[in-house]
Amino acid sequence: MAVNLFSWIAVGLIVATSTIILINHDWRINLGALAGQYVAAFWLETRHLPFVMGSAKLITGWMVVAVLGMTCLGLSRVEEEKEDVFQSRGQWFRVILICILVLVSAGSSIQIEAAIPGIGLQVIAGSLILIGAGIVHLGLTSVTLRVILGLLSMLMGFEIIYGAVESSILVTGLLALTNLGLGVVGSYLLIAGSSTPIIEEET
Amino acid sequence: MSAPVIWILIPFMSGAFILFFLHERISPMIGGVVAMTLAFAALIIPIDTALLLGSISIKISASIQFFGRSFVFHRADGPLLVIIYGLAALWFFGTPASGSANRFVSLGLMIVALLTASVAVEPFLFAALILDVAALLVIPLLVPPYQKPGRGILRFLVYQTLAMPFILFSGWMLAGVEGSPGNIGTTTQAGAMLGLGFAFLLAVFPLYNWIPMLTEEASPYVTGFLFWALPTFTVIFALGFLDRYSWLRTSPQLSNTIQFAGVFMVASGGLFASQQKHIGRIMGYASISGTGLLVLAMGLKSSELVNIIFLLLVPRGFELALWALALSIIKRKAFSLQFSEIKGLARNYPIAVSALILANLSIAGFPLLAGFPPRLALWQELAQQSLSISFWVLLGLIGLFIAAMRTLAVFVKAEENTNWEINESLPQITMLGLGVIGLFILGLIPQILQPFLANLPVLFDHLGQ
Repeated sequence: MAVNLFSWIAVGLIVATSTIILINHDWRINLGALAGQYVAAFWLETRHLPFVMGSAKLITGWMVVAVLGMTCLGLSRVEEEKEDVFQSRGQWFRVILICILVLVSAGSSIQIEAAIPGIGLQVIAGSLILIGAGIVHLGLTSVTLRVILGLLSMLMGFEIIYGAVESSILVTGLLALTNLGLGVVGSYLLIAGSSTPIIEEET
Repeated sequence: MSAPVIWILIPFMSGAFILFFLHERISPMIGGVVAMTLAFAALIIPIDTALLLGSISIKISASIQFFGRSFVFHRADGPLLVIIYGLAALWFFGTPASGSANRFVSLGLMIVALLTASVAVEPFLFAALILDVAALLVIPLLVPPYQKPGRGILRFLVYQTLAMPFILFSGWMLAGVEGSPGNIGTTTQAGAMLGLGFAFLLAVFPLYNWIPMLTEEASPYVTGFLFWALPTFTVIFALGFLDRYSWLRTSPQLSNTIQFAGVFMVASGGLFASQQKHIGRIMGYASISGTGLLVLAMGLKSSELVNIIFLLLVPRGFELALWALALSIIKRKAFSLQFSEIKGLARNYPIAVSALILANLSIAGFPLLAGFPPRLALWQELAQQSLSISFWVLLGLIGLFIAAMRTLAVFVKAEENTNWEINESLPQITMLGLGVIGLFILGLIPQILQPFLANLPVLFDHLGQ
């Protein structure tokens, strides 16, 4: 009973953090919300996966947050301001989108639970909300950091539901590698353009 | 020693070693030699068979265990490895001539090793994950540290990442479909998810908008490499699906859907190519059209399916390498690659321009060139199945031919009294010359590929029989 309650709290945390990431201007708060999402995802994943594998995913997620955070710290104010202008528009539209997403996920979760019994309503709901939030995010923005956040959210949601049906260590390892790779690639794309080309003299 | 160690771990570690320890000037040579050696090794060393060298007996074992799963190369994989590493060597040797971005060879070798791992991993479904990791490694090649990433690169990243969950989940659903084949609902859902996953991976219409964008934003040589490598291994992965699940193979609806997607890619790629005023974008649309042909071949209801696909794959590697190299050379002079900037360049870069036009014509299926025999074989099969599909394919190829003619017209539009001169360097002339000779050899005597292609259908137990 307590486990189910905590699982619903994790789903609530996912809704809250997804909304924050979608409407917030400040990258610091967004990355904090992403770190929170990883905690909620960890709880839902360990309903089916061993604790060690869930922990590995949590640590990988936090490493990704750290990599992105350190990169953003080094970015100029101009980049942040450009993102602020983009993000300040249509906040209520985004909130409504999240509401629609939660409603759709609630409806679909019951059907999926009926089709694939044993996964758990909370696991399915949390997963669908994350996947949906990630895709909504990708559809709304082309700002590099936000694209990476959207992809990470979407992948996190997929990992929760896929972990319930496939518990291979290789898959877990490769998914962790993909997450880490996305983080590193994201930080590379964020800093790309800030250095000047080195032209070697012809000898 | 096992085959996966030789053809996955060694090239991957070599790539890492070149990246961290070798100077950029010698890395193309080292990377090329490594790839060539691996191709040669695949040619002479049979996998999982004892080889007697005097009194010494050597046996390369077929598999290796990794985190509870296997990476396996069968004996029939040998010719495939020869083709993969042989073509990779061609790309790496061409790097100095193209003046491509730093790290091309090192990361390229690592990417090829990962893509090869996607062929060997069992269960083969996990290849989707490896393909995604390989796509992530391509990003630093596409975006130099001094350049802001464009929208094409972000879309590429998004589409490749979106593909993986669809394919992995559909694989899990397909196992359920096998258990209860009569369940139409699950079958449709699994098929739709699988189709979406491969549509993202293969950039099926309308998900290919990142390709022309990328050709404007990134180095032509790197984009050419990407257009060669990713679709090649994705097609092999897709063939694995068709081979593994009998209902996919036998479903007429799926076959029609695949053919429809392929025809749309060929026709739209060709028609859009004919309308472009940017020679990089033309290469992008031509590669879309080429991938469309591969998709179309996958939908054939014929036992020749595997032969035709591999017959298409080898010249494609040659054509794209030559085209990308020629574009890189021209880009040094005309940075934007717009028609307005390349006017009359045939008189300044005659060899690069000739190579570019020949590569374009070969992709359009022009007789005597490498692209002609596989297109003829495909057409022969298509004509027996549907004349309307054959017509749309013809339309797409005509589009590519028009693109080649328009490009040629712009290249030769020089001002009066402009002298002919050769501005290409010796390595550039050598690589372009070898590429052009290769195009003609593959076009005139395509049977030289027969020793490599003859055993490839064995890789797919059900498709090639």
